This record gives sequence, C-alpha cells and structure tokens, in this order.
Amino acid sequence: MDAGVLAQYAFNGLMLGVIYAMVAVGFTLFFGVLDVIQFGHGDVVMAGAFVGLATYLGLGALGIAVPAFAVIVVACAAGFTMALAGAFIARYLVLPLRTAPAFNTLLVTLMLGSVLRELVRLFYPNGSNPQPFPRLLPAAAINLGNFTLRLDSTILLVTGLVTIFVVNLIVRRTRLGLAIRAVAQDSETARVVGIDFERVVLVTFAIGSALAGIAGIVYGLYYNEVNFDIGLLLGVIGFSAAVVGGLGSIYGAILGGFLFAALQTIGSVALPVSSAYNNVFAFAIVIMLITWKPTGLIAEPASERV
Amino acid sequence: MQRFLLAACTCVLGFAAAIAPVAAGAKETVKIVFIGPLTGGNAALGLGGRNSADLAVQLHNGDAKAKYAFDMVKLDDQCKPDIGVQVATKAGADNSIVAGVTHYCSAVAIATVDTYHKFGLPVIVWGAVLPAITYGNDYPEIHRVNGTMINQNEQNAKLVTSLGYKTWVIIHDTTDYGKGHDEYFTKFLTQDGGKILADFGVGADQQDFTAILTKVKELNPDVVYFGGLTPIGVRLRSQMDKLGIKSQFEGTSGIVSDSYIQALGPISEGTIAFIDGAPIEKLPGGRMFLEQYAAHKYAEPPEAYGAYAFVAANLIMDAIEKVGPDRKAVIAELAKTKNHPSIVGPVTFDDHGQNVVPIVTAYVVQDAKWVVWQDSDYAKGKRKLAGQK
Repeated sequence: MDAGVLAQYAFNGLMLGVIYAMVAVGFTLFFGVLDVIQFGHGDVVMAGAFVGLATYLGLGALGIAVPAFAVIVVACAAGFTMALAGAFIARYLVLPLRTAPAFNTLLVTLMLGSVLRELVRLFYPNGSNPQPFPRLLPAAAINLGNFTLRLDSTILLVTGLVTIFVVNLIVRRTRLGLAIRAVAQDSETARVVGIDFERVVLVTFAIGSALAGIAGIVYGLYYNEVNFDIGLLLGVIGFSAAVVGGLGSIYGAILGGFLFAALQTIGSVALPVSSAYNNVFAFAIVIMLITWKPTGLIAEPASERV
Repeated sequence: MQRFLLAACTCVLGFAAAIAPVAAGAKETVKIVFIGPLTGGNAALGLGGRNSADLAVQLHNGDAKAKYAFDMVKLDDQCKPDIGVQVATKAGADNSIVAGVTHYCSAVAIATVDTYHKFGLPVIVWGAVLPAITYGNDYPEIHRVNGTMINQNEQNAKLVTSLGYKTWVIIHDTTDYGKGHDEYFTKFLTQDGGKILADFGVGADQQDFTAILTKVKELNPDVVYFGGLTPIGVRLRSQMDKLGIKSQFEGTSGIVSDSYIQALGPISEGTIAFIDGAPIEKLPGGRMFLEQYAAHKYAEPPEAYGAYAFVAANLIMDAIEKVGPDRKAVIAELAKTKNHPSIVGPVTFDDHGQNVVPIVTAYVVQDAKWVVWQDSDYAKGKRKLAGQK
C-alpha cells in the first residue's frame, strides 16, 4: 500500500475521530462532574447542526453571503445556543434528580434525546428529509500522489482539535477548571470549601454542550448534509468511546474517539467480510476492550476511604 | 296509533334518504389508496408519485360520464419495510378501500406482498423495480406497471462497455433492492467483458464512505457503479469528489431524481443512470400528462416515476368502473389487462402481473438536468465523460 493511500486513510480516520472525540469529551465531563450519563448528548449535536443551518438561512435572508463571516457566526450561534441548552438541561432535568436513583436520570436524558429528535423532525420545515448543509469553507485541494489534501477538511480537523484542546485547557489550567475537578472528585468536600456546586454543574454542562454544538457544525460542514437522526448513532458511539477510554478522563475520551474511528475504518476495508459490517466489528472490539478493562483504558485513579 | 305513525314516518324518511342520492344523480364514492415514501430521503419521488396519482383521480372525477367518484387515501411508508407493512395492513384491513397504487422503494414493496395477499387487496406497483416483487410469488393481487431491474442492468452493462470502459467497482446498499442490482449488473457486465475490481455493500442509512472510497481510489477503476437510492448516491458522489476520485460515476433508476441534482449541484454533471420506459415527453400521452400536471399547480415535480403512478391509478379506476368496487372482481379484471392504452404505451400484464416493458432509457446529467443519453452532448461527442479519450 503506498504512502498516499495510507495518508488518506489516516486523514479520514482523524476527521471521524475528532467528531467522535468531541462528543465523547462531553459525556466524560458530565459523568466526571455529576456521575450522570446524558443520553441525549448525541441529539444535542444534531440540534447544534440544525441551529447552525437555520442561522445560515437567516443570514441569507438578511442578504449576508460572505462565507468566512457566515461560518464564524454559524459556529458561534450553534455553540452559544447549545451552551444555554446544556445549562437548561442541567438546571431543570439533571440537578433535581441527583438524589433519585441514577436510572431515572438515564431515562430522563434518553427521553430528552427523543424529544429533541422529534421536535426537529416535526417542526423544522421538511425536517424528516436530509438537509443539505452549505459549503462555507474554501474547497482548494492539493494532490500529493494518491492523497488529496483538502483545505476545508483540514480547517475542520484543526478546529475540532483546537476546541478539544481549549476545553482541556479550561479544565486543567483555570480556576473554573479546578472547581470542576474538585466537584468531580468529591462534591461534598468541594461544597465545604466554598465552591458553588450548582454553578459549577451548570457551567460544565454548558461547556460540554457547546462543544457538542460545534461538533454538529463540523459534521455538517464535512458531510454537507444533516439529518434529524444523526444524533442516535453519534450518541452511542460517543458514549462507547468515552467508556472505552475511561469515563471521567478527557484524555480517555479523546483516545476512545480516535480508537473507534480507527476500528470503523479497519472494519470497512481491511476485513474479509463485507464493508457493511464495519460497525459490527468496531462495537465487538469495544465490547471486548470494556470487558477486559471495565474502568477504561485510561482509568481515573480513585481512592476510597474505608 | 302513535307508534304506527312514528314507524311509518321513519320508513318513508329512510326510503327517501336511500333514493335521494340516486334521484339527485350523485355518484357512489369509492376509496383507493396511494402508498409511497412521503417523508425521508426519497420523499421527492414519493410526493411526485402521489401528486401524479392524485392528478389521475382529479381528472377522472371531473369526467361526467364516470360511474364512480374516487377518493384517494394517501399513506406514507417512509421507505422503511416495517412502516410499509404497518400502512399496508391498515389499508388492507379497511374494507372500504378497493385497490392500491403502491410503493416506490423495493425493500418496502417486497415486504408487503404477503400483507396484500392476506387481505386480498389488489395493488399495482408504480416504482419498485425488484423482480421478486412480481416474480417471487404467485399472488394474483400484485401487479406492476414499471419495468424490473433486469432490463435496466442489461442495457446499462451494454452501454458502458460500448463507451470503452474496462474496469469497475460496484457499491450497493444491503437491502434487497441494492443486492438485486448488484446481482444483475455483475452478471451482465461480466458477460459483456467488463472487469469488476471490488464489490462493497453499504448500510441503507450509512453516512461515512471515506474508508471505502479511499480503497476505491487505490484500485483506480474506470467506473464506479452504485446500486441504491438517491440519499446514498448523493453522499457517495459528494465524498468521491472530496477524495479526488476521478472515476466515472453511474447508477440505476434509484438516483434518477431532481433531488440528486439539487443536492450535488455542479458535482452531479456527467452521472449516467437508467430508467424503464421511454422518456415521458416523447410519448403522445406524455405531453398531456405534463401539461395537466402543471395546470394543477402541484408543489413538487412528478419526478422519474410519476407517470407510472398516474397509469397505475387509471388502470385501477378503469377496472372499478367496469366491474364495480369489489376487490375480487377487480383482481379478475386486472388479470385480463392486455394492450390497455396508457400514457406510457400499451400495458399488458403477464401471468405474474408484470407489465412487459421492453424499453429502457439511458440518461446523463447535463447542465443540472437529466437528459436522454441519445440527445446529450456526451453521446454526440461534444463533451467527454470522465476518463474518456
């Protein structure tokens, strides 16, 4: 196999991986801070993509057609709206249920995902059909042998990596991040030392959901198409990636996301079975990995005082 | 005495009510059903079919000489087999529905044949091309006015090998529809001397094809053939462009739709595909159909199979006019269909209810329109397809 083809596989895998990683980081943040699985997170990605699409159409109606400006406005709109949505979900759905059995939160967020999906399907004009997403990035490409390097895909890859890096920076280097990690480690003690527990939870959900919103825009710009049910599989994959990597660890989520993308790619082209079985293969390997390492590949060190 | 008077009044009123419609000259209303993908990725074709069948009903109801007035119930199968069976059951169980114009998606049509047989509901398929729908069973209820994929793929293989291409990669969806195309195209292409470098199956709602297409790029075939429907066709062509794959792209009747061109824009230029029947504008009845369709101001265009939905609706209404609104009588009447005039030409059902359609038309996308191959600049040599010298 020549270097160009290998490079192409690697690039495709990276693109897929960065989208999965962005979703997985959200899951891991929510679990880390509140021990909660937000099962509607994949549908938050979808909602972000649709908010971006609606924003673009709104800009078009106002007569603003400069792509560079449009893409920034669209991304900000998606990120900001989903941040608000995330805070709303935390305040009214997740926090009130934190003393109830964890199962209830799981169910409620799962139902939330369904509601988001059906709202888009029923109320977005033509919502049940696939929507073309505008091509807002420059389409220049250079051919390096068998490898086609496109400018728009590169911009998206870099954007995805940068946003994950920024979130990691916030969590590792800022006071807010310190508060988030404190609450994640031990919410009781964090409250005792004066950290506003509720505020930290709201901010964490806002950050995770904003990341999901931007992931939705990246998805839309990469595939030039969005659909009301893209959240389903993305949510399942993001969650599996977060678990495989280690729930609660951001590096784990990133690792899990790229690992899943690599497995899907291998499953599509390197196996003797039909390429339609790529997801079967990827999930089978994930099941085996989770069985072997239940706490994930980069398990969070945890200690318990007995 | 009072009770007698009451009974007598009721009888008179009842009698009057019964003969009033006949006396006023009102026609009996008969219900027929239209089933197609009204939402989802193939909605454009489903809505085109629905509008065309509705046009047939409107034109028929406007005819004063007709014995019956028709009311068309429209059901959405969403191009999903499980939903298709649900709506087919709903239609079949409703005894006021006499017959149906059913299905564009082959995966749904093949799933529902047993349902229609169970309820004895006569149906005419208007868009699904999988041969097994009519040939895989002996049900007298199932008929079809459009052709099957056998003819399509035979003509397809002949044309593309004649253009000088030597190597192919086949991509198909994993439903019965895609697998059928894969089977027949492989058979005819190998017969005509084409070499198949690889064959990939993809899920019907798969989004990412970059891994498979990177493999395709490595193999560097002359042509990429896709057996499947428009949503995946759009994604494949778009991602082929993203990866810089220069092979010629061709498909089947599943991608012949305006929504394919709308979604891809200039990237759609040069795509080849085939559908059954002659181009509608060229048939004598076709112009009338297109004029009437425009006059009724439907929001969506008739698309590739609208004319067949129109024909199917008319066949059913003609049968009901002749033998009355009875399912069994309609089945018997439809079985006798021979050289029945229609806008797509004379319709004859063979012993499996299949219309014998000998013509297949090749199309190519030229300047954002599906143009008949023979009339196109590509056939005349004024423009070149990908990879042609």
